[in-house]
Amino acid sequence: MAFLLQLLVTGFAQGMVYALIALGFVIVLKCSKAFNVAQGQFVMIGGYLGYTLLGLFHLPVWLSLIIAIALAIVMGLIVERLFLRPMVGKPVLAIIMVTMGLATIIDAIAVFFWESQYLTYHGLLPTINLSVGEISVPPEILIGIMVSIVAVTLLMIFFRFTRIGLVMRATAEDEQVVQIAGIKVTTVYAVSWAIAWVVGMIGGILLGGQGGVTIQMEHVGLKVLAVVLLGGIDSIEGSVVAGIMLGMLENIAAGYLDPLLPAGGLATVFPFIIMIIVLIFRPYGLFGLKRIERI
Amino acid sequence: MDLPCGTFHENYAQDMAVIRTGKQWGALVIFLILLIAYPFFVSDSLLSIGIVIGITVVSVHGLNILTGYCGQISMGHAAFMAVGGYVSGILCARFGWSFFAALPFAGLCAGLVGLFFGLPSLRIKGFYLIMATVAAQFIVIWVILQLYSITGGPEGLPVPRPEIAGMVLKSKASYFYMVMIFAVLATIVAKNLVRTRVGRAFIAIRDNDLAAEVMGINVFGYKLLAFFIGCVFAGVAGSLLVHYVTFAFPAQFPFLDSVWYLGMLIAGGMGSISGGIFGVVALKLLDYAVTLAGPAASGIFPALSGPAGAAVGLFIRGLVIILFLIYEPRGLINRWELIKAYFRLWPYSR
Repeated sequence: MAFLLQLLVTGFAQGMVYALIALGFVIVLKCSKAFNVAQGQFVMIGGYLGYTLLGLFHLPVWLSLIIAIALAIVMGLIVERLFLRPMVGKPVLAIIMVTMGLATIIDAIAVFFWESQYLTYHGLLPTINLSVGEISVPPEILIGIMVSIVAVTLLMIFFRFTRIGLVMRATAEDEQVVQIAGIKVTTVYAVSWAIAWVVGMIGGILLGGQGGVTIQMEHVGLKVLAVVLLGGIDSIEGSVVAGIMLGMLENIAAGYLDPLLPAGGLATVFPFIIMIIVLIFRPYGLFGLKRIERI
Repeated sequence: MDLPCGTFHENYAQDMAVIRTGKQWGALVIFLILLIAYPFFVSDSLLSIGIVIGITVVSVHGLNILTGYCGQISMGHAAFMAVGGYVSGILCARFGWSFFAALPFAGLCAGLVGLFFGLPSLRIKGFYLIMATVAAQFIVIWVILQLYSITGGPEGLPVPRPEIAGMVLKSKASYFYMVMIFAVLATIVAKNLVRTRVGRAFIAIRDNDLAAEVMGINVFGYKLLAFFIGCVFAGVAGSLLVHYVTFAFPAQFPFLDSVWYLGMLIAGGMGSISGGIFGVVALKLLDYAVTLAGPAASGIFPALSGPAGAAVGLFIRGLVIILFLIYEPRGLINRWELIKAYFRLWPYSR
């Protein structure tokens, strides 16, 4: 029982971070209609940046976060202006390939500055020890949960109560109407990419603090697709719930089934199995609108 | 502007012919002679590039039929290649089959796996289908790792080179000829397939699936057929790759390759068989140029040796594909047609 609860707690923490990263993906997909293959690369850069700021320069955590967020916003704006703006109105596949090229460039940056090494900054994030009965909550995990919850809540408030949040929701609904109403859609695109970078970077710093950072971390960006799909592709609340669910399920599956399998490693592939199941039986996800055309 | 001025179709055979004018026949013969002469004149590394281009052409033709003609975007093409490669590798290495007996099985198995992952296309399209094929990529590679007692797992599986009439294709040149025969065959099959009833059905589904269904096309059946055919091509290509490297290992078929195959398709021009070939050649040569440029640049700037040089290579690769998409979105084939039209219309072109 303690084992199960331990898995659930770890899964919950991981799921919260997944949800955060998934939000970045969903926002870009909804607002600028771009299927962003590079989301995992944002996470990886976040992890490496976390190492540089916390592990190398020994900056305090709050300052590191502010620097990371500022840098993320700048990167988001640059990326949108240089690479995505010229692609407005181009075919879906072309935009996917542009984000793929972007992913390659970010990989190159990671190789250039950090030489794609395995780096850790264990124990540098603030830790809170908590144990309930037999289960001890690993300290990095708790801070991960808290930061993710704060970030997700802030984003929700942003979408619900600010003007630009409203405009972004409207753009997701119908871009042409928004343009007719005299709103610059390009601003929305820029903000959506900036948000994607910010949540990616924060997620990267959190994940890096838990398990170290390698260039392999970019695979999170693909795992997050399962979260997005399970939650319903156009639902922000859905991706939070789905992220937590998937994090827990993944940990339980890996904890109980891995010893039974010849080579293990179920955690890496579990989200994709969920993805196929969701696609076949419930393609609009748990909370998405049933807007998919039946063909 | 498909044909030069003064070329008339006077009967059905002429109308249907792929190659119409004497000059086109001449160009084809010259191209084939150059292809045969290629191994005699180039360095070892260029010969390897030639082999890889041939294998990739086979694979990208499959992807072109699936994505370019039928409109079903697949981001798991490398995984289907892996299925083909492993099936023929296992049959040859563990059961002692000959390569040519194992190859059809490799294609068939890859096709069947493709069929399975094509099943979600019954209900979904667009973004959702992309996700299904991304899932296919990771699930297939994971299954290969799980079956390590027969696939060798992460350590890989040694695979013999093919044998023709007691003669093992040990040299690169001999393998180059075999790959090129397959590439030419695949091109002929693909080019003719898309002109048949099946190919026209694919195009109808790509352009408007609702209209296609109203016209009496079995949309789901043809989508699955597209998945099957596309993945058979991938399986054959994977088998050729594994027997060329003489080793099968999971890292040979990464997710990035799946995406780069799509990139090649876009760079060349989707929905055009020659476009696929253009894309493969252009991006593979770019890769080669980048690998050459890395050490050369580190000779001039010593700071660029080691990982930094690799980073510059990656950077150029990413930048080229982005610039390409921004400035040449219709692919190289479009530019090629424009150049041809320019010379045909000369001196009235501008």
